Amino acid sequence: MIEVKDIHKGFNGEQILKGITTTFERGKTNLIIGTSGSGKTVFLKCMLGLFTPEKGSICYDGATYSDLSTEEQRDLREQMGMVFQGSALFDSMTVEENVMFPLMMFTKQKKEEMLVRVNEVLARVNLENSNNKLPSEISGGMQKRVAIARAIVTRPKYLFCDEPNSGLDPRTAIVIDNLIKEITEEYDITTIINTHDMNSVMEIGEKIVFLKFGNLEWEGDKSQIFKTDNEAVTEFVYSSNLFKKVRDAQLKGL
Amino acid sequence: MFYLDDIGRYFLMLKKVFSRMTKGSVLRSLIFKEIDDLIIGSLGITVFLAFFIGAVIAIQTALNLTNPLIPKQLIGFASRQSMILEFAPTFLSVIMAGKVGSFITSSIGTMRVTEQIDALEVMGINSLNYLVFPKIVAMFMYPFVIAIAMFVGVFGAYIAGVYGGFVSGSEFLTGLREEFIPYHLTYAFIKTFIFAFLLATIPSFHGYYMTGGALGVGKASTSAFVWTTVVIVTSNYILTQLLLS
Repeated sequence: MIEVKDIHKGFNGEQILKGITTTFERGKTNLIIGTSGSGKTVFLKCMLGLFTPEKGSICYDGATYSDLSTEEQRDLREQMGMVFQGSALFDSMTVEENVMFPLMMFTKQKKEEMLVRVNEVLARVNLENSNNKLPSEISGGMQKRVAIARAIVTRPKYLFCDEPNSGLDPRTAIVIDNLIKEITEEYDITTIINTHDMNSVMEIGEKIVFLKFGNLEWEGDKSQIFKTDNEAVTEFVYSSNLFKKVRDAQLKGL
Repeated sequence: MFYLDDIGRYFLMLKKVFSRMTKGSVLRSLIFKEIDDLIIGSLGITVFLAFFIGAVIAIQTALNLTNPLIPKQLIGFASRQSMILEFAPTFLSVIMAGKVGSFITSSIGTMRVTEQIDALEVMGINSLNYLVFPKIVAMFMYPFVIAIAMFVGVFGAYIAGVYGGFVSGSEFLTGLREEFIPYHLTYAFIKTFIFAFLLATIPSFHGYYMTGGALGVGKASTSAFVWTTVVIVTSNYILTQLLLS
C-alpha cells in the first residue's frame, strides 16, 4: 500500500502538485487520470523517487521515503517496477538482455537461473521466441510487453505504469491493460497506472484518482465515475465522443 | 553566472560518477564495450589523419627551408617535435572531441530523451556511474591511440619527405634522432591522459543534463564539441606552461 500525504512539487516557481493526499491499495489497479498538464507524470515520478517533493510524505507499506537512509531508499527502489510511456528499453540490448538486466544488477544468480526466470516472465507476457530480437525489431505492443516483463522480473512490490497504452491500437491496448491487471492480482502488488485513456478506466479502474491543475479533484472507482456530479470529471469522461453518444442515448432512453 | 553553475554541476557530476559503483561483472563488460566503441573505433580515422598531418608537416618544413645553411635533417627533427608535442596529443584530441565527444553526448542524450536513464534510476542504479565510469576507464586506453598516431605521423613525414624528394632517408633519420628529449614524451602523455579524461566527461555531462527532444540532442552534441575543444585548448596552454617552461 502507498499512502501519499499533502504532496507539493513545483519547478521554476510554478507549482505543479498542490497538496495531494490519497492511498493506493495493494492488489488493486490504481489509476491516475487527468488531462495533459494536470501533474500526473510529476506525481508518478515523486512516488518513484525521481523527484523529491517540497512538502508532504509518501509511505510505502508504512515506511516514509524521506525518512529512509540513501541505502534504504535504494533497497526500496529495487522493489519498484516501472513501465515507461515509451517503454524505455535499452536499445543496445536484446529482449532477453533487457529483461535479464535487473536480475544481473541485483541478484547473485547464475546465468542459467536468470534465463529460466527471464523465459518464465516472457512467457507470462506472451512473448516467447523473441529473446534475441532488438527492441527496434519488435512492434510497439511487444515493446510494452517486454517493458512489463522487465518490470516484474524481480517480483517487485510496486508497479508503476506511465501511459502504458499510448501509441497502441485499441485491441492491443486492452491486451496490455488486462495483462497489467492479471499481473497485479497474481503477484499481489500495488499497481499505479497513469493514463488519460477512458477505455483503461472502464477496463481495469479499481481505484481512480482524478487530478486537475495539480489538485486531487475526485477519487472513486469505475462504477462511480459515470455517476459523479463533479463537473471536471464529467467534462473529462464525456470529452470522448463515444461516451458522449452513449450518454445521450441513455438520456433518450434508447 | 550560467557558466559557473554548469562548472559546479560538472564537478558534482564527477563526484556522483565515482560513488555507488555498479556491480563488477556488469561494469567489466561495459568497459570492454566502451573500449570497442571509443578506442578501437577511433583507430582508423586517427591513423589516417596522423599519416597525412605528418606528411604535410614534412613538406611545409621542407618548402620553408630556403636558407642553404640550414641542414635538411631539420625536416625529420621538426616532424618529430611537431607530432610528439602538439599534433598527436592536442590536434587529434580536438578531432576526437568531434568524433568520440559527439558519440558520447548523443548516445547518453538519446537515453535521456527515451527515459532509459530514468529507467536506470528507478531500478536504484547510479546511472552516472553506470554510463560515465566505463567511458572514463575506456579512455585510459586513449594514450595508446596517440602513441600509434605519433609513430604513423612520423612515418607519414618520412614517406612525404623522402619519396617527395625533399630530403634523403639518412638525413631524415639523423634529424629524427637529433636532440631527442625523452621528457617530451612524458609531457605528451601527461597531456593525453588529461585530455582523455576531458573527452570522456565533458560530452557525458552535456548528454546527461540535456533537455528537450531530438533537437536538444543535436544542440547538446554541438555544445559538447565546443566546450570540450575550449577546455582542451585552454588546459593545453596551462599544462605546457607548467610542464615545459
